[in-house]
Amino acid sequence: MSADQSSDQRDSAGPGAPSGEDLLVGLAEIAGRLVRDLTGPDGVEAAGALAAVVRARLSGEYAVDEFGFDPQLSDQLFAAALRPIYRHWFRVEVRGIEHVPATGAGLVVANHSGTLPLDAIMTQLAIQEEHPADRRLRLLGADLVFSMPFVGEAARKSGSTLACLEDAMRLLERGELVGVFPEGYKGTGKPFSERYKLQRFGRGGFVSAALRTGAPLIPCSIVGAEETYPMLANVGTLARLLGLPYVPITPTFPLLGPLGLLPLPSKWIIEFGAPVDTSAYDDTAADDAALVLDVTDQVRETIQQTLYRLLAQRTGTFF
Amino acid sequence: MGRVVLVTGASRYLGARISAVLADDPTVARVVAVDVVPPRYELGGAAFVRSDIKNPAILKVLEREDIDTVVHAGVLATPHQAGGRVSMKETNVIGTMQLLAACQRSSSVSRFVVKSSTTVYGSSPRDPAVFTEEMAARVVPRAGYAKDTVEVEAYVRGFARRRPDVGVVTLRFANTIGPRVTTPLTAYFEAAFVPTALGFDPRLQFVHEDDALEILRLATVGDHSGVFNAAGAGALLLSQALRMAGRVSVPVPTIASGLTGQLFRRVGLADFSPDEVRFLAHGRVVDCTRLHEVMAYRPKYSTLEAFTEFVRERLGAGPLDVDRVRVVERAFQQALRAPGPAEPPL
Repeated sequence: MSADQSSDQRDSAGPGAPSGEDLLVGLAEIAGRLVRDLTGPDGVEAAGALAAVVRARLSGEYAVDEFGFDPQLSDQLFAAALRPIYRHWFRVEVRGIEHVPATGAGLVVANHSGTLPLDAIMTQLAIQEEHPADRRLRLLGADLVFSMPFVGEAARKSGSTLACLEDAMRLLERGELVGVFPEGYKGTGKPFSERYKLQRFGRGGFVSAALRTGAPLIPCSIVGAEETYPMLANVGTLARLLGLPYVPITPTFPLLGPLGLLPLPSKWIIEFGAPVDTSAYDDTAADDAALVLDVTDQVRETIQQTLYRLLAQRTGTFF
Repeated sequence: MGRVVLVTGASRYLGARISAVLADDPTVARVVAVDVVPPRYELGGAAFVRSDIKNPAILKVLEREDIDTVVHAGVLATPHQAGGRVSMKETNVIGTMQLLAACQRSSSVSRFVVKSSTTVYGSSPRDPAVFTEEMAARVVPRAGYAKDTVEVEAYVRGFARRRPDVGVVTLRFANTIGPRVTTPLTAYFEAAFVPTALGFDPRLQFVHEDDALEILRLATVGDHSGVFNAAGAGALLLSQALRMAGRVSVPVPTIASGLTGQLFRRVGLADFSPDEVRFLAHGRVVDCTRLHEVMAYRPKYSTLEAFTEFVRERLGAGPLDVDRVRVVERAFQQALRAPGPAEPPL
């Protein structure tokens, strides 16, 4: 757009423009010439594209939606930073991606584990990386996430929002793909001895959201996340003091200090199961408590059975 | 026979503008603009009456002027303009109470429009991403303007219950912005270095002052009643807004948010209560479907457009001005693509 526009503005900056600007312009020209001389045409293209992105970011020329989702930042920064972890650390294997709808709303329901919600981040990336229709998974997170500085900010910018019926409905009505972990803290905070045993699936709120919007429920079973931070014990007193759901002791944390924050390199499998169609139910279905609990159990049981099957197939935890 | 409208808060910018706009409206016969201090802006065809809504004498004004429609635009957001927080609260809460008491007594008043704010929804990490009119605050505001709006709306609901024959419209405006209006937030953006909450990037929504006026006008001359959110389409992140404005953000830890608010006030940047500091951490977005469908009005300016106009008309170039960034990028791009290595590109 801006060739003419920029030159106009440059003129309008006129003779009164401060010398700091001239200095920056000079530096930019030197940098431009250096890149041109030191790299080939590919380097010039890449540097040109990067400069355009940097300019767009610095001048606020990007769009976020009403939830605070910043697709440019998510794709170009977050995904790029997480991709090596996804590929080379956890070596995520994705199965059944064809069960995730290519268009329209869908509610991905997954098991939750591993002390820190890496499984949520990896599932989001799995869909972004593997889905042919280039879909984005909008995660629903606990309020604790959004009250923490930096974490809450990054969560919103990566497309997450608060796990509440209002937000889930709004996303599904917009035709988004939504990811939910109904076990919540009970899933991430369970001791290692209870690994791959699904906890209570909330109160079925996610099923009501799906029934109300007619969005299909896609069961998602994640194997490998349980071993990232095996929780041996929970320091309950400290957790209450800090207002956290739990403070874990793992084989490496707090023993190795910050190094203990490094997740163990388990091999992951993320399997999406056949969708549960909810479009056949009418408007009153979401208010039928027995039906909601029934569908909740059905999804939970599917994920539990898939987990057992995947665990039996898995040859080793780390390889 | 057109409406006879009373507008409160007429000494202030929006109060004066809406008085003038309504005076020009063909369905309005007469506009009486009241405030405790003389108007600072042009009132157009509206007649100014110096009167205090905190005083029961306001009932005499209602009866003498035979008012049938009251536009309560006198809920203030800026403590220092109101003469301090105590007097601001007096004007907002006690003023509304007295005004409603007078309206309840009056036999002529058949319509009541109040300019409220989306601050009634509060701002917290437990909030849904988007508030609709039926939702209540997850964390009820406990101080400042936000608390005043909650109390004002409670009185208005009580009035609507006691006088079901009166059409009551509550307009919850997002932050009003534009070339002329002054709010705590416009003052905030006018500083070159702007304090922000470290580790948080709130979602903001703006309504352009022209849209705010038009919505107030439609609510006054129309026959809808109920609560309406009013904001420009879309949302902006604070970081994004600051970059568009070329401002430098100075992140401040918010652990002691009271302290941060004091700091904000101390450096004279803005007139912020703890609730406003929370807003600058968690932000707020509202759904305007009711405005679009029931009142059949879509704001002409989106949040982005309203803010862009505010930046263009109101703000001088900031240290990180967008134009400078463009000029530097263009210099880089030209040098990058210049033909010969020997020939300097200028």
